[in-house]
Amino acid sequence: MKDKKKRNLSKQVWLLISLAVAILVWYLLSLGKATGRSFPFIQKTFIESFPKMAFERKALWPDFVSSMICVAAGFSLGFVTAVPVAFLMAWYAPVQKILMPWINFIRNIPALAYAPLIVIMVGVGKTPAIILIWICTFMTMCVTIYGGIANIDNTLIKAARVLGANDVDIFFRITLPATVPFIITAVRLGLGAGLTTLLAAESTGAQAGLGMRIRALSGTFESAPMLLYIIILGIIGMLLNMLVNFIERKLTSWQEKIEN
Amino acid sequence: MAGEDRKLKLRIENVYKEYKGERGTTVALNGVNLDIMENEFICVVGPSGCGKSTLLNIIAGLHEATSGACYLDGKLITGTGVERGVVFQQYALFPWQTVLKNVMFGPQMKRMPKDQCEAIARKYIKLVGLEGFENSYPKELSGGMKQRVAIARAYANNPEVLLMDEPFGALDAQTRAQLQTELLKTWEEEKKTCFFITHDVDEAILLAQRVVIMSARPGRIKRIVPIDIPYPRDQGTKSDPRFMELKAEIWNEVYQEYLEVRK
Repeated sequence: MKDKKKRNLSKQVWLLISLAVAILVWYLLSLGKATGRSFPFIQKTFIESFPKMAFERKALWPDFVSSMICVAAGFSLGFVTAVPVAFLMAWYAPVQKILMPWINFIRNIPALAYAPLIVIMVGVGKTPAIILIWICTFMTMCVTIYGGIANIDNTLIKAARVLGANDVDIFFRITLPATVPFIITAVRLGLGAGLTTLLAAESTGAQAGLGMRIRALSGTFESAPMLLYIIILGIIGMLLNMLVNFIERKLTSWQEKIEN
Repeated sequence: MAGEDRKLKLRIENVYKEYKGERGTTVALNGVNLDIMENEFICVVGPSGCGKSTLLNIIAGLHEATSGACYLDGKLITGTGVERGVVFQQYALFPWQTVLKNVMFGPQMKRMPKDQCEAIARKYIKLVGLEGFENSYPKELSGGMKQRVAIARAYANNPEVLLMDEPFGALDAQTRAQLQTELLKTWEEEKKTCFFITHDVDEAILLAQRVVIMSARPGRIKRIVPIDIPYPRDQGTKSDPRFMELKAEIWNEVYQEYLEVRK
């Protein structure tokens, strides 16, 4: 008990030290002539830029909301399509054989490359961004969940079968729970892919958005607010990851983990 | 002796099994015939790759024989059935369920009322000595405890035949000895028909009424040795002179098969 408390405390201390080191590096970067142009220190990035973007230009909140809507909508579409497609691929070999090569093919193309095609198809606004995020999150999650289903320990299915389980029982009581850890990993990777795609998604004709704003600011060489937005993106990613970790602990505490 | 006056429980008739792989066809079982009586304890020994697990899977209904068939009480086996319980070497516990839920699985599949399922599960958890671990998850248990849960889970379905595929193979010597003793005790009480696969000759002689020696590739029954040591048996049985004789005899046969595989 005491030991655990001690460890937790030192974990927080290390976090503080890590933060201090980062701020120090940032500070040193802000001193240099060239690096200083790109990395203005806290004063400019937060204390000046935040009110400027949030209140004077009234951009920060709409940007944030717009981006979150795109990520949430694109990710949700990606998730609800990836799960059934992954199951279909695991159950029916022809589906897997037809789809998999193309998923792998498209997955390796940067979204930025085909973003204009989507815009030509559906016009500007949030729609192309949502579609782009949908495509990217779908592929990432589909591959991960498929891998999980394909690797379910066959002995568990055999054990359930000899205990009298039918196909429906096996799906709900074995396949689904056994796949949960992979679905969570897929969600983690999917959210990451969603955020990464956001910039490409908003690069073509979005009216608002964190990604769109960063590009707009780059046009006017305003590095301080750009840095602010970049840090906000980082924080969003971190918070989403923490949320996934929390869900993971709730749902998959039964898993055997190798202790470090 | 393996009761001449007893009823035939399980008939294995001319079972032939081949697997088609990338490197051609492998014959796993080549004409296996065996009659198992009701309440009989049969152990099957043989080198790895002799098809003993394949045979068990066919009896369980998990695999299909290429030709030949198995009959339970005269009825052709066409798939899995709750009257045949299986214990696997890798425990095969559902890791997301507690011990209690794991053992309840079979009765639940029979769509019994929940409190009845739970009562049955608690009874068998007690039988295997795991009272107090009902709410533990498999990851919190040792290998021996996991296999006890798996045995309880098989018993909870009240099978007529218990099929065990090297159930103690992954356990350390002490735990294995303990579980053997427990299994003997349970079998002497409940007298369920047991089809037990092992590569451990000592284990086979200790448990079985008849030891079936299988030959390697393609798997066939080479010899059946009746074990004429009276029950009750325990770990002390292993120092019985008759045990030693049988061990030398069976070991020799199995070893020849092992050399055969190595060729």
